[in-house]
Amino acid sequence: MSKLVRMDHTGHTTLAEWRTDDPEAIERAVQAFRAELDRGYFAMVSTGPGHAEQVRELPVDAELVIMRLPISGG
Amino acid sequence: MAAGEVLPEVAGVSWRARMDARRLRTLGRLWTLTTVAHVVPFLAAAVALELLQPLAFPVALACLAHAWIIPELYAHRGANVVKSRPRRSADDDAERTALGLLGDLVDHDARELHARSGLVLERGRLGTWLVGEAGALLVTDGGRRVACWCVRVNVPELPSGDRTAHLLLALRADEEGFATVANLAFSGARWRVRRRLPAAMRNALDAAGSSP
Repeated sequence: MSKLVRMDHTGHTTLAEWRTDDPEAIERAVQAFRAELDRGYFAMVSTGPGHAEQVRELPVDAELVIMRLPISGG
Repeated sequence: MAAGEVLPEVAGVSWRARMDARRLRTLGRLWTLTTVAHVVPFLAAAVALELLQPLAFPVALACLAHAWIIPELYAHRGANVVKSRPRRSADDDAERTALGLLGDLVDHDARELHARSGLVLERGRLGTWLVGEAGALLVTDGGRRVACWCVRVNVPELPSGDRTAHLLLALRADEEGFATVANLAFSGARWRVRRRLPAAMRNALDAAGSSP
């Protein structure tokens, strides 16, 4: 089961869950994913120990997609 | 570097040269030169005053104090980037949830270190990072030098664990871009920052300093 989560004031919120063999769940996840991008979030997936990648399309095969907010110098 | 590999926040600081190991070394040397430029004139003035007029020793003492205090203030500013500040706090449930997600992103040793110090140890190409909720320390030069970076996600109501996870994910996606976006608050000898940190963070800094 893959998950799309957004880091927010609750710790994190699960926005969507899907299996690769469930097109309807994938479509819901894609819609949720795009809505978060439109809100200014960036999507990240881990690509191995110590590595992450920003993605602009929902990687359906990824186990976990995390939405994060922009960072800035303090 | 492909567009997807560049941290998007870098576009917001387009006037800055992209950070790399060479630029990091140059900035470190500039910080050392700045420290010398602050200290040497005051020390020279103190010695000269004592040689010319021993009765001027209070002024000489003031010069010595300046030579000591100014570098200390800079190191203090560096250490402050990882110290927690009072802020609107997330509730305990949110904090636990955030720590769970952060824990999923790091290995067992890093989880334990974070539990003790509030800092996540992350090895990068530029050096070894210690990522906090509103800043990061980068240990370089075989553990002798530390660069202190002020960087954060600007949403005060986020739990501490989430704030750290934001920085960690950005760092992992584009380390040099992360250092480009962050503001360099201090660069200098590790011991200068270490003595300004709480004990738990000192241990984390020691771990980063001895990291291969």
